[in-house]
Amino acid sequence: MTDITDHTAADSDAPLWSRLARRMQANWRVIITIIPFAWLFLFFLFPFFIVAKISLAEVIIASPPFSRMIEWTDGGIMTIRLVFDNFTYILTDNLYFNTYVNSLKISVTSTIICLLFGYPIAYGIVRSGPVAKPILLFTIILPFWTSFLLRVYAWMGLLADQGTINNLLISLGLIDEPIRMLYTEFAVYVGIVYTYMPFMILPLYANMEKLDLSLNEAAADLGSRPTNTFFRVTLPLTIPGIIAGSLLVFIPATGEYVIPDLLGGGNVQMIGRVLFNEFSRNTDWPVAAAVAIVLLFLLVLPIIIFQYYQGKASEAG
Amino acid sequence: MYGKRSRFLTIMLTLGLAFFYIPMLLLVIYSFNYSKLVPVWGGWSLRWYEVLFQSEEVWSAVGLSLRIAFVNATFATILGAFAGLAMVRFGRFRGRTLFGGMLVAPLVMPEVITGLSLLVLFITLKQWIGWPAERGFVTITIAHITFSLAYVAVTVQARLTGMGQSLEEAASDLGAKPFKVLTAITIPRLTPALISGWLLAFSLSLDDLVIASFVTGPGANTLPILIFSRIRLGLRPDINALATIIILFVAICVAIAAIILFRQQRREEIDHQLAQRENG
Repeated sequence: MTDITDHTAADSDAPLWSRLARRMQANWRVIITIIPFAWLFLFFLFPFFIVAKISLAEVIIASPPFSRMIEWTDGGIMTIRLVFDNFTYILTDNLYFNTYVNSLKISVTSTIICLLFGYPIAYGIVRSGPVAKPILLFTIILPFWTSFLLRVYAWMGLLADQGTINNLLISLGLIDEPIRMLYTEFAVYVGIVYTYMPFMILPLYANMEKLDLSLNEAAADLGSRPTNTFFRVTLPLTIPGIIAGSLLVFIPATGEYVIPDLLGGGNVQMIGRVLFNEFSRNTDWPVAAAVAIVLLFLLVLPIIIFQYYQGKASEAG
Repeated sequence: MYGKRSRFLTIMLTLGLAFFYIPMLLLVIYSFNYSKLVPVWGGWSLRWYEVLFQSEEVWSAVGLSLRIAFVNATFATILGAFAGLAMVRFGRFRGRTLFGGMLVAPLVMPEVITGLSLLVLFITLKQWIGWPAERGFVTITIAHITFSLAYVAVTVQARLTGMGQSLEEAASDLGAKPFKVLTAITIPRLTPALISGWLLAFSLSLDDLVIASFVTGPGANTLPILIFSRIRLGLRPDINALATIIILFVAICVAIAAIILFRQQRREEIDHQLAQRENG
C-alpha cells in the first residue's frame, strides 16, 4: 500500500474513504475484470442452467408450474428426478420437428439472399470515393438504429391486401385482384432480409476495407479479367467477412419471433414464435424450456464459430 | 481502397438504398393521412398526431422506456468499458476464454432464449431470496444491461485495439502508475467509443420488444410492448404518427453522434500529423 503517494491530502480528510480508495487503486485490475464477469455469469450463463433444469422437470399445477428436481423424502434421503419426456416429445412430435426444419430453411435462405445482395452493396461502398463513402456507410447504419419493430411494421403497410404495392399494381392495371402477400412465407423472407441486411453489410464492409487494391492491379497486369480477378483474388480474401456476416444474420433469424408473428400471421411456423406462445399462453414450462434447449443446441456450433472469427477480428484490429 | 465503381455496383447500391428507405418514407407519408385506413389516401392531416398526443397510455410507455434506456445505457457503458479493458489490456488471465465467450454470445443469441432464461432466473431468485418482488422496471433494466454491455464491450475493444498502446507505454516510461495511466490517458482517449457505446445501448434498449415482454410484469408496458400489442391486429394510423416521431428523433441523434465522432477523429488525425512534423 505504499505505492500511492499523490493522495496525501485525501488521507487526512477521510481516512476510511481513502483507505478504501487506495485498496481499489491497488486492485483495480481485479475489480474491473470481476464486475462485468460476475454480471454476465449471473444474468447470462447461470440462467441457462436453470432452463436446462426445468426442461428436465414435469409440469405440475403450481407456481412456478414445474416439479422439483431434487426432493427430500421423510427419511432424509435425497432423490433426483430427471425427466427426459419433454425432449422425446419435442423430437418425435411432428409439429415441433417441422417447425425446427422450417425455421432453419427460412433462416438459411434469408442468409443467402442477404449475402447475394449485401455483398455487392458492401463492395460498392468500399469502391466509392472519399466523400461518398462515409455518407453511404451512414445511410446503411441509420436503419440499424431505427426501431426494428417499426421497420417490420412498414412492410405490413406495403404488403397488405389493401396495401401500397397492391394498390399501385391495381391502379397501373397490372392486376385486378390484390395478390396475397402479407401473412405468407414471402412476407417473412422480405422482413428478415430487410431488417437483417445491415448485419450482413457491415462485417463485409469492415473486411473489404482492409483489402489491398494493388493485388487487383497486379492480377490485371498479369492479364486477368475483372471477373476472374474477383473470383480468384477478392472473393477468397473476403471469406472472414462472409462468415461473420452470415452468422450474424443466420443465428438470430433462426429464433426470430416478431417477423413471423407480424408478417407471417399464423401461417408461418417458426420456432421462436412457438416458444414465445408456449410460454405466454400455455403453462407448460418444462416443454417450453426443452424447446429452448434444443434450439440452443442447434445454434451452439454457429455461435462458437462466430466467437472464433470475432476474436480473431478484434485481435487483428 | 478507392477504385472505380463498376456500373453493376452502382446499380446495386442504388437499389439497396431504395429498398432501405422507401418503406420508411411511405410509413412517414401515411402518418399525415386523414383516412382511418392506413393505405387509403384521404388527404393531408395531422389528426393522428393529435390522437397520439392525447393518449396517456403512450406517454407513460414513453416515460418508462426512456427511464429504462437511460439507466441501462449508463450501467452498460461502465460494465462494457470494464469488460473491453479487461479483454484487450490485461493480457491473458484465467477464465479469459469463457469471459470472451460470454461477451460475444449475447450479440447473436436469439432473443427468445435470452428472454426466457432471464424470466426463469428472476422467478427462481424470487423463490430463493424474495427478490425481485415484482417484475417491471428493475427486471427489464437488468435484462437490457446484460445484452447492451456486450455491444459496448465490442465498441470499446475495437477502439482500444485501434488506438494502440504507444501513448500508454510512453506515460508509464515517464513514471506514471498504471492507475494514473488509465485515468489520464486510456479513459480520455476512449471517450468517443464510450459515447457511441452509450448511444448504442440507449437505442438497443428503446428498441427491445421480445426480452422486455418476457421479463416484464403486469402494468409495466414499454413503448415497443405497447406498439406491438396495437399493430398485431393490423395497421393503425396513430402508430404511423408515432413511428414518424421516433424515426425523426433517431435520425437527429445519430447525425449528431456521427458529427461528434467525425470531428474527434479529425482532431486526432491533425494532432498526429503535428506530432509527426515536430519529430521530423
